[in-house]
Amino acid sequence: MALSPPHAAPDISVAQMDKSRVKLDVQNLDFYYGNSHSLKGVSIPFEANAVTALIGPSGCGKSTLLRTLNRMYALYPGHKATGKIMVDGEDILGPGVNLSMLRAKIGMVFQKPTPFPMSIFDNVAFGVRLYEALSKAEMADRVEESLRRAALWDEVKDKLLTSGLGLSGGQQQRLCVARCIAVKPEILLLDEPTSALDPISSAKLEETVTQLKSDYTIVIVTHNLGQAARLSKYTGFMYLGELVEFGETAEMFTKPVTTRASDYITGRFG
Amino acid sequence: MAVSVRHVAMRRLGNVVFVGFCGAVTAIALTALVMILYSLVSQGLAGMNLDIFTKSTPAAGTPGGLINAIVGSIMMSIVGMVIALLIGVLAGTWLAEYAGDSKLGAVVRFLNDVLLSAPSILIGLFVYEMLVFPFKTFSGIAGGVALALLAAPVITRTTEDVLKLQPTALRESGVALGAPVWHVIRTILWRGAANGILTGGLLAFARISGETAPLLFTALNNQFFSWDMRHPMASLPVVIFQDALTPYPDLNKLAWAGALLIAAAVLTVTVVARAFSKESKR
Repeated sequence: MALSPPHAAPDISVAQMDKSRVKLDVQNLDFYYGNSHSLKGVSIPFEANAVTALIGPSGCGKSTLLRTLNRMYALYPGHKATGKIMVDGEDILGPGVNLSMLRAKIGMVFQKPTPFPMSIFDNVAFGVRLYEALSKAEMADRVEESLRRAALWDEVKDKLLTSGLGLSGGQQQRLCVARCIAVKPEILLLDEPTSALDPISSAKLEETVTQLKSDYTIVIVTHNLGQAARLSKYTGFMYLGELVEFGETAEMFTKPVTTRASDYITGRFG
Repeated sequence: MAVSVRHVAMRRLGNVVFVGFCGAVTAIALTALVMILYSLVSQGLAGMNLDIFTKSTPAAGTPGGLINAIVGSIMMSIVGMVIALLIGVLAGTWLAEYAGDSKLGAVVRFLNDVLLSAPSILIGLFVYEMLVFPFKTFSGIAGGVALALLAAPVITRTTEDVLKLQPTALRESGVALGAPVWHVIRTILWRGAANGILTGGLLAFARISGETAPLLFTALNNQFFSWDMRHPMASLPVVIFQDALTPYPDLNKLAWAGALLIAAAVLTVTVVARAFSKESKR
């Protein structure tokens, strides 16, 4: 079966998306790992207080896109991004951006749970201590609030001072979510957050995301199409470094515009 | 193709011969170890008495102990380990987190490997040139520095290795919260690697605790009890070296007791440190 040629202009069927509702606007983004050109002219808007899913086969650039959004790539020499990423009207790829403040605003949860080798309490307080000098009582409140929002409080409230490494995989991942939201970010980046979890833990994490979506702008990279369909309002389909199609999830999953997206969604490749 | 009974039998025989050979070689190695430990413990215990811990090294024929050597060894080991941990942990961290594949990193790594296998007598000579000759006196400080130079490469190497074992995602999640890289290293990575770094420290301690050659050139020896590290200092390995070579049985006994003390110290430090690190993991 021959694949259709890459669609030149992504279908912005969300022209109706109100510009004032866009929290994070990626414009004409190119990304290079050394000599390899891994994102090609990607433009995608992310609506405030909604979940946007990024789907596509392995190596299509969805994680790369996610890692440009908090400039995680800046850790590595040779990684370079050009274009614009506007957050609240400021281009975060521009010079003079304070990375710490940027990352306080944009939290990230990784594929594998990454609890720090310290107590559950200290895990959650870690990020807060970077930005705020809270009193003991205020910090305790913040930790409790964050753990509650991540739907982990009831499971750990009696062992806050034990190591975060002692939790189950699913609990560890929710701990990472709690650690993230404790800093009070506005945007959450989730990089295949359930791919290392069993089905029950995945379901719990999805529930957590559902509870969070009214308050945060969430971008989730996932291989699980069902998850994208369940969680997201918008979906972007990527292929070979390009954004092939972008639109409301309900529409894309029922009547995709491009052949390639339709082939991927119906399971003909991927 | 038919199964050949003869072929299978031969393979079985080969298996038995090989396993038997492995067992025999292990037995030889263990026998040597047991014999060493047996002679060490039996002769060492025979020489053990209260005087060892209260009196300084004697002249032949007079009663005496090892307290000057014990204190000297402890002080020089502490100085050596403090310097070595400082250099080793920081150098290992630089190699693992900052050097990457750079040329400078490769050069430092190579030189560290050379130091790791440098004959200890050379280290002694080097420190003699740097710290003994210019100040015109052997000293406990020079001894400590010589031990540090022996221990530092071991710690550098293990620190780099265990830091590299920490998952990239752990680093990135610290950075993703907005923490500077140095903060992530100090508060997350060192903690995660603490057990491995401790193991490196123990290996280094075990290595320097029995070193004689570098101390001969630096701390020399001292018949008398002394806390003063600016002057020659006694140490267990040097006392063992000197007393074991004398024809006097009482001094030979003292040497055995000293050897047992070193072995016991390494064992104790290892067990205590392990127990401590397990406790803190919980």
